[in-house]
Amino acid sequence: MDALTGESNIVYDARGLVEPNADVPKISSIDGEKAEFDAQNLTTRQINLELRWLINEQGITDVTVKNPGAKHSLGVGLLTRCKITFDGSLGYFGCGIIDGPEVHVKGRVGWSACENMMSGVVVVEGNAGSLTGAAMRGGDLIVKGRLGARTGIDQKGGTILTMGSVGSMTGFMMQRGRQVICEDAGHGLGDSMYDGIIYVGGKVKSLGIDCVPGEWTDADTEFIDRKFRIYELGTPPTFQKFVCGKKLYNYDNLEASERKLVL
Amino acid sequence: MCGIAGIIYKDGHHNVGQDMTRMLQSMKHRGPDSTGYALYAPPTENVVLRYTTANTTTPRDFEFQDRLKRNRAEAERRIQGLGAKIVNCEQETDYAFRLTLDYKGELKALADQIEDISDCEVLSLGHSLEIIKDLGDAETVCAQYGLEQFQGTHAIGHVRMATESDVDISGAHPYWAYPFSDIAVVHNGQLTNYFQWRRRLERNGHRFNSECDSEIIAVYLAEKMSEGLSLEEAMHESLEELDGVFTYICVTADALGVAKDEMAAKPLVLFEGENMIALASEEMAIRAIIDHEIDTYDPYEKEVLVWTR
Repeated sequence: MDALTGESNIVYDARGLVEPNADVPKISSIDGEKAEFDAQNLTTRQINLELRWLINEQGITDVTVKNPGAKHSLGVGLLTRCKITFDGSLGYFGCGIIDGPEVHVKGRVGWSACENMMSGVVVVEGNAGSLTGAAMRGGDLIVKGRLGARTGIDQKGGTILTMGSVGSMTGFMMQRGRQVICEDAGHGLGDSMYDGIIYVGGKVKSLGIDCVPGEWTDADTEFIDRKFRIYELGTPPTFQKFVCGKKLYNYDNLEASERKLVL
Repeated sequence: MCGIAGIIYKDGHHNVGQDMTRMLQSMKHRGPDSTGYALYAPPTENVVLRYTTANTTTPRDFEFQDRLKRNRAEAERRIQGLGAKIVNCEQETDYAFRLTLDYKGELKALADQIEDISDCEVLSLGHSLEIIKDLGDAETVCAQYGLEQFQGTHAIGHVRMATESDVDISGAHPYWAYPFSDIAVVHNGQLTNYFQWRRRLERNGHRFNSECDSEIIAVYLAEKMSEGLSLEEAMHESLEELDGVFTYICVTADALGVAKDEMAAKPLVLFEGENMIALASEEMAIRAIIDHEIDTYDPYEKEVLVWTR
C-alpha cells in the first residue's frame, strides 16, 4: 500500500533545491582558452557550475557543451564576454539573464529562452518555443527556425530575428527594440505595444490593439541589411513595418519639468 | 503544472510501456503526486477491464482489508451475473485488478454494475485500451503494475501536480471516456466552463467519477464522435466550446490527437519521425526515448493535429 501514502522520493536540501549537489564536476577537457565537456550525465546545476568554473576561474573563453539533452535553465546568468556552443538542444529558460556571451545552440530551445537577456548574441539553429526573448533588454537573438507564441513579450530592447514564423501575441506589451520576422505572424501582433518596431516578411493573421503599419525609412533598410549581413542570412525578404499607434495609453506632450508640476 | 506525453508508432507494436515510463519519469518535476498511463495493445476479441476496489480517501480502519476482499468478490459476482466469463484475473496491488473477460454485452451496464459498489472505480474498459494510474512517480507505478514489458501501438501519459482536486487515484489522469470504450484523454491546464459542461453532459446521461475538469474533455469528445464527428472534427469543436487554457492529448483505438487552446499557454513539444510521433510538455521527455539529435517544434495556438496508425 506504499503507493497510497502520497509521499515522494525527491530529496530536497535545506533551501528547498531539488539538486543538493553543489560540487563543480571539473570534467572538462581544456586546451588553451578552449574547453569542452559532456553534459549527458550531469544535472542542470552541475552543468552551470562547470560553465562558471571554466569562464570565471579558469579563464576559458570558448566552451563547447556536448549532449545538453534539452535540460532546462542551461547557460543562465553568464555575465562575461565568451563563446559558448551547445551541441544539441536546450529546454526551458535557456540563456536567461545573460550579459555578454556569444552563444550558439545547434538544436532548438524551449520556452522562455533568453528571458531578460541584457547583451551578447544567441544564435539558435532550430526552432524556439513560446515566450522567447521575454523582457529582453539588449543583444541579438537569431532563431533560424520558427518561434512560438508571445515572442518578445515585454521586450525592452535588443533584436529578435527569426527566419521562420511566430505565434500569437508576438510583441505583446513591447516597449523598445526590434523584431524581424521573415515569415508569418499569428493573431494579435504587437498587442498593447508601447514602442519598438516589428518587421514581418509574410502574412499577419491580425494586428493587436494599438499596433499599426509604420512608415518605411532608409534607417529600416540599413538595419535589416546590416543584421542579415552580420549573421550571413542571405537576402532579406520584403518586410512590412509595424509600430505603436500611441492611442491606447494617455501619452502626453509634457516636458519632464512640467510633469513634475502636474504631479 | 502537470506534464503530459503521447507516443504513436506507425510500424506496429513496440515496448510502449517502457517508452512511456521513460518519458514520464523525465517530467517527474512537473507532477510528483500521481502518474497515469493509457496504453493501447493490439485489439482483442475479449474485453479488458481495469478497476480498483479502494481509493486514497477510503478510510484505513481495521476493516479495510476485509472491505477490499468483499468488494472484489462482489465485483466478480456482478460481472459473472451479467453473463461475462472471467478468462483471466491479475491482481496488481491490494486494490487494483486487471480482468480479461469474454463478454458480448453492453459495456456501460458492466461499468455501472461495478461502480455501484462502494469505493470501486472502473479505470478503463475496452478491447484495446488499458488505463493504469496510481500515486507516485512513473518508475514506481511502472514497477508496481509491471508495465516495463507492455507491448502496444500507442499511449498517452500524465504526471500530476494536483491543484483543483484531491491527490487520489480518481483525480489522476488519464480519463476514460465513460461509457465509450477505448477513448482516453490527458490534459494540462484548466477549463473555466467546467460546471456548465458537466451539467450539460450529465443531462445527457453521463456520469463523472471525479471533480477533475479534465474528465469532461474525454466524455465531451466521445459524445461528439458518437454523434458522427471524426476525432479531428470533435477536437476542433472543443476549441470553440471549451473555455480556459489547455493543451490535451486524446487517443482512440487507432488514433492520437493533440489540441491547444487559442492562447497556447500550456506547453507542448512535438517530434514527427519516420516511424513514430512523440509529444510531451517538455522536450527532455522526447529525448528520453530518442538517442540522436532531432528536430522538434511547438504546435501553434488553436492547432489540432491527429495521427492515425
